[in-house]
Amino acid sequence: MSVLLIAEHNNKEVKPFTQNAITAASQIDQDLHVLVIGKNVDAVSKSISEVPNVKKVIQVDNEIYENFLAENYTPVIIKQSENYSHIVCSANTFGKNLMPRVAALLDTSQVSDIIKVISADTFLRPIYAGNAFATVKSNDKKKCITIRPTSFDPAPSTGGSAEIIKVDGSEATTLTKFIKREEVKSDRPELGTARIVISGGRGMQSGENFKLITSIADKLNAAIGASRAAVDAGYITNDHQVGQTGKVVVPDLYIAVGISGAIQHLAGMKESKVIVAINKDGEAPIFSVADYGLEADLFEALPQFLEELNKLNTIQK
Amino acid sequence: MKILVAVKRVIDYNVQVRVKEDGTGVVTDNVKMSTNPPDDNAIEEAVKIKESGKAKEIVAVTIGEDKAQETVRKALAVGADRGIHVKVSGIVEPLAVSKILQKIVDKEKPDLIFMGKQAIDDDCNQTGQMLAALLNYPQATFASKIEVKDKSLEVTREVDEGLETIEVNIPAIVTCDLRLNEPRYASLPNIMKAKKKPLEQINAADLGVDTKPRIEQIKVEEPPKRKAGIKVSSVAELVQKLKNEAKVI
Repeated sequence: MSVLLIAEHNNKEVKPFTQNAITAASQIDQDLHVLVIGKNVDAVSKSISEVPNVKKVIQVDNEIYENFLAENYTPVIIKQSENYSHIVCSANTFGKNLMPRVAALLDTSQVSDIIKVISADTFLRPIYAGNAFATVKSNDKKKCITIRPTSFDPAPSTGGSAEIIKVDGSEATTLTKFIKREEVKSDRPELGTARIVISGGRGMQSGENFKLITSIADKLNAAIGASRAAVDAGYITNDHQVGQTGKVVVPDLYIAVGISGAIQHLAGMKESKVIVAINKDGEAPIFSVADYGLEADLFEALPQFLEELNKLNTIQK
Repeated sequence: MKILVAVKRVIDYNVQVRVKEDGTGVVTDNVKMSTNPPDDNAIEEAVKIKESGKAKEIVAVTIGEDKAQETVRKALAVGADRGIHVKVSGIVEPLAVSKILQKIVDKEKPDLIFMGKQAIDDDCNQTGQMLAALLNYPQATFASKIEVKDKSLEVTREVDEGLETIEVNIPAIVTCDLRLNEPRYASLPNIMKAKKKPLEQINAADLGVDTKPRIEQIKVEEPPKRKAGIKVSSVAELVQKLKNEAKVI
């Protein structure tokens, strides 16, 4: 048995969640190889080769892989898959887009979004927006698995020295053409990995009012999240959405402001260590998962919150 | 142009799902069922394209037990022209669903195939990508904007980093995000009219697809419950608790 992990990167650096996926993958089997597909990705391969859990890095380098199109990635993975019992990657938009295309061609029924490795063929995964956990056993010979990164700790990133081998890729696809990517650049911590997340919902009433959240996020060095309602209303961009169809976050502290707490939102944050809810509706379902609930008008509470934070001598960063 | 839209019947998104005591699944008896929400966006987008004059026919397809027909009827009521119900019972995994859809595509030869990006019951997020692989079609997943061009689509996709735009050749598969559009409601007259629209029934077995699950569901259980929290009376108390009790700031 050997596991092949598909690395997620931006051609320059490894995406942080790849480290979490490495932890999960090495729980499936110790013989873990990582496939790096991209354009000019020597630095990416090098950094993955330094992860102690990784036994081998396979690099496929060509300009056609610059934009991570699943149509281009898939034939490479299929070609490499022969010697592996498991093909795995993170269950974020990269892996969700890619892995089923691979699985179908391998005639494998994919196991999506696992949160625990029980054995090499048995996994725990949430269903119904996390309202139930299913233990599932894959009976396919070759298994395709996506991993919920926030359910596994990141692997230590230095100390190893795995061999890096370079192999050829495949023909470029003519089916799909990459046009552009609009990334929202921010100096804040990433939503997926931040220690503190403060999120706003429909109760914020406007994009302008998110300033109240921003100033607290600055003070706490927090990432900013949002409910689907806030994104739908155009208060904030989609990359901030937390929930069943957005991002799943597990910070030490999650502060939900003006969010009622629909099942779909809870699915993305209810595993957070400490949850704070600020809402003027005392009956809002968000209070049922909150460790600390404050029934208050957010437009009064947020400025007070900032004031109280300013009074503290020290704040953990 | 012809558009095939795949729809799935799931437990309504507003229902608080309960796990069965024997651990075999979740309670579905006497539970409200609806069309999978992003599948409604898929239908809506197809109807909008047809209304713009760029498509001639919309075929809605569903796979499942008898009652799954309800989702096709709903699609017919908001503007699909014809329906197909592929009858099969029990759990049908996305791989089997995509193999069934492949057979339907072979028969119907649509130019575009739309469906929701994820079903809110099993949360697999696989079928569209798998179908694209089996057909060797391009895939535009998590679409929040679709522009129909001459022989291609320009699709804006919602990805973790923000937005990505790709161009896919037709025929293509698009999986739809909830922000693609605002699904319309079916009017009563249209619901009545939909009852007269053709709905073909096919047995999955007759398509020669093996739908036997490859994944054994060993047990389904409740997730661990959070212990009840407290209400604080002021912001000052909240900050004090976060600092000294939870020790997170």
